[in-house]
Parts: sequence; C-alpha cells; structure tokens
Amino acid sequence: MSRRPYVRKVERSWWLRRPRYVLYMIRELTSLFVGLYCALLVVGLVRLAQGPAPWDGFVAAFSSPLGVAVQLLCLVFAIYHSVTWFALTPKAMPLMMKGEPVPGAVIVGAHYVAWAAVSAIVLIGAGV
Amino acid sequence: MSETITLEVLRYHPETDSEPHFRSYTVPYKDEWVVLDALNHIKDNLDATLSYRWSCHMAVCGSCGMMINNEPKLSCHAFLRDYRGGVIRVEPLDHFPIERDLVIVMDSFMDKLSGVKPYLIPKEDRPLAEGEYLQSPAELNTFHRYTQCINCVLCYAACPQIGLNEDFVGPAALALAHRYNLDSRDGGRDARAEVVASNEGVWECTFVGACSQVCPKQVDPAAAIQQIKISASVDWLKNLLTPGGYR
Ligand code: SF4
Ligand code: FES
Repeated sequence: MSRRPYVRKVERSWWLRRPRYVLYMIRELTSLFVGLYCALLVVGLVRLAQGPAPWDGFVAAFSSPLGVAVQLLCLVFAIYHSVTWFALTPKAMPLMMKGEPVPGAVIVGAHYVAWAAVSAIVLIGAGV
Repeated sequence: MSETITLEVLRYHPETDSEPHFRSYTVPYKDEWVVLDALNHIKDNLDATLSYRWSCHMAVCGSCGMMINNEPKLSCHAFLRDYRGGVIRVEPLDHFPIERDLVIVMDSFMDKLSGVKPYLIPKEDRPLAEGEYLQSPAELNTFHRYTQCINCVLCYAACPQIGLNEDFVGPAALALAHRYNLDSRDGGRDARAEVVASNEGVWECTFVGACSQVCPKQVDPAAAIQQIKISASVDWLKNLLTPGGYR
C-alpha cells in the first residue's frame, strides 16, 4: 500500500467560509477603531497642553459633522467590541464559589453593572 | 418510492487519484439515522471501497469526526433529519492531511498531545505506604470538564489558527495540559510550561472560540487556553519582579 497523504491548502479567503469566522474578523477589526479613538484623545491632550486656542480648534473639529460621524463610528465598534468581550469573560475568568462554578450569566452581568457604574461616575464628573 | 437523501462524499485513493474528488450517493432516508448510518449503508450496499473511521456509534470513542456541510461533527451524532430536503456534503476533517477518503492523518495531534505531558506529575515522591493522594469533590470540580475530552479533534478542524500554523499545539492538547495543571495532586505545571506557555502554545491562540462551539463534549478548550494565558502572564511578571529571577 502506498501512502501519499493529501494536504489541502488553506485559502486566503478562509475567513469568509463560515459566519463565525466573519464575526471574529469583525471583532479583530473593531480594535483598529478603538485604537483610532485613543489616538484622537491623545491629540486632544496635546492640543490642551498647547493652550486655549489649539484646544478650541480641537473641540471645534470634534464637534463638526465629520468629527461627530467619526466618533459615532468608533462608538459602534467599541460597543461591538465590549459586548463580545463581556460575552467571553466567563471563559477567561471562571469563578468558583463553595466548590461550584459561578454561572456565566452572573459574571457577564457583573461586567455590565461595572460598565454602567463607571459610565455614571464619568458623566457625573463631567457635570452632565 | 420511499424517501431518499443524497450524500456527496470526498473520495481520495492515493494509489489512483492525484487529488480528492466528490462522489454522490443516494441512500434511504430514515428519521433515526445519523450520517454514520448512511456511510455504513454505502459501504455495505453501494461501494465497499469507501474508507472512514468509527467504532462506538455513541459519541464516546471520538473516531468518527468529519466535516459535514462544512462543520466539524461526529458523524454518529449528526442526524439525517437535520439535513432533510438537502444534500449532505461529507469531507475529512479540515487541517489534517487525507490518508484515504474520510480518514485523516492524526500523527501531528498525537505528538502534540504527548508533548504537554498529559499525566500526573506528583509534587514530591511519596512512599506507597503513605497511601493514596486524596482529593475533595470541590477540587475535582475545578478541572472535571477538561477530563471529558474524547480526542475527536473536531476542535482542530474548527480552529483557523491550526490551519494557518500547523505547529500550534491546539485546543484539545492545551485543555488537557490545563486539566493536569489544575489537579490538586499534580506538581507538573513548570514542566509543561515550556510547551504550553510557548509561542506555539497558548500565545498562538487569538480567541476565535470556534473550538468550544464545535466540541461535542462541552470541554470548552477556549476557556482553558485563556486561563493558561492569564496564569502564564502572572508567572512571567512574578519572575520579572523577583531579583535575579528573570531567565
Ligand atoms: S476538546 Fe472537544 S472537540 Fe476537541 S478533541 Fe476534545 S472532545 Fe473533541
Ligand atoms: S463512532 Fe465513536 S464517536 Fe462516533
């Protein structure tokens, strides 16, 4: 018997083959937008350090229709990123209580509660 | 005429075929039949040259994994009724070389499995006279789910990182390493770290999560891998902060 194992090639478009791969790639993509928003905030800090006029210019740019559109886009991707990450947290951080695993829904729920609490503190701090 | 269903089966005979090709078979449809029953019908009645692995027919032995309509599944666990009215495409598991028809070459997996030292390595040798190593139900609970693996390698077929880097140790082997690391009777974590916490170990994983979705035994290898990443990072940090400790 002659052995001649056949190796199938992985195509470049492998991630289009299954919906779960596409969703994964979207999740990977979201980090670019989260990074973009962080970069914008750093630019804002630099502008603030440069004095009132550069800062006002930055605020004006951020409030322009284009600025708002970019922020909305970043927000959508950041929410997708956060929601999918929260859904994964029971896997990365399983908790045991009294020798029994804590249900995943409780761990995920705690993340949403923490998210809401931090958001509330930031909004109160910003005087909204 | 009674109802039938069509299976398109990927065939490859190394003696005669230069590459795999699909062949179509029409088999009787039965509500209680699984894809494995349909393959057995083909082998017994239509084409005795068809090769595939199976043994238990009850999702225990782990030998009958195949791509069924592009999803890694146990063929003894995939009912025809879930594919009624359509064609069922049966292929050997993705990311493994094809030995013959639906039979894959699993040597790489066997090497990876033994590479993580999947056995108890006691913390210290104890004389037999001291008796057995005791473990409480709570201690067993910390790793019990990772003992359920049947080595069916569906998770390797589901994982795109395995497709992109064949050296990746992969879900089942890492989950098994984690199973022993978590065992209160074991002291082999450092001995396993060389493979488990290497680049080809957990760090090749990008948390796609597909392994856990396809696992027929709810082993959740993705969870095991993320937990190893966390403990490996803590180890690394501790090492860094210990004077003269960083290797
Ligand atoms: S972890 Fe699950 S899918 Fe992977 S080999 Fe074990 S039983 Fe099969
Ligand atoms: S034949 Fe044993 S798992 Fe399917």
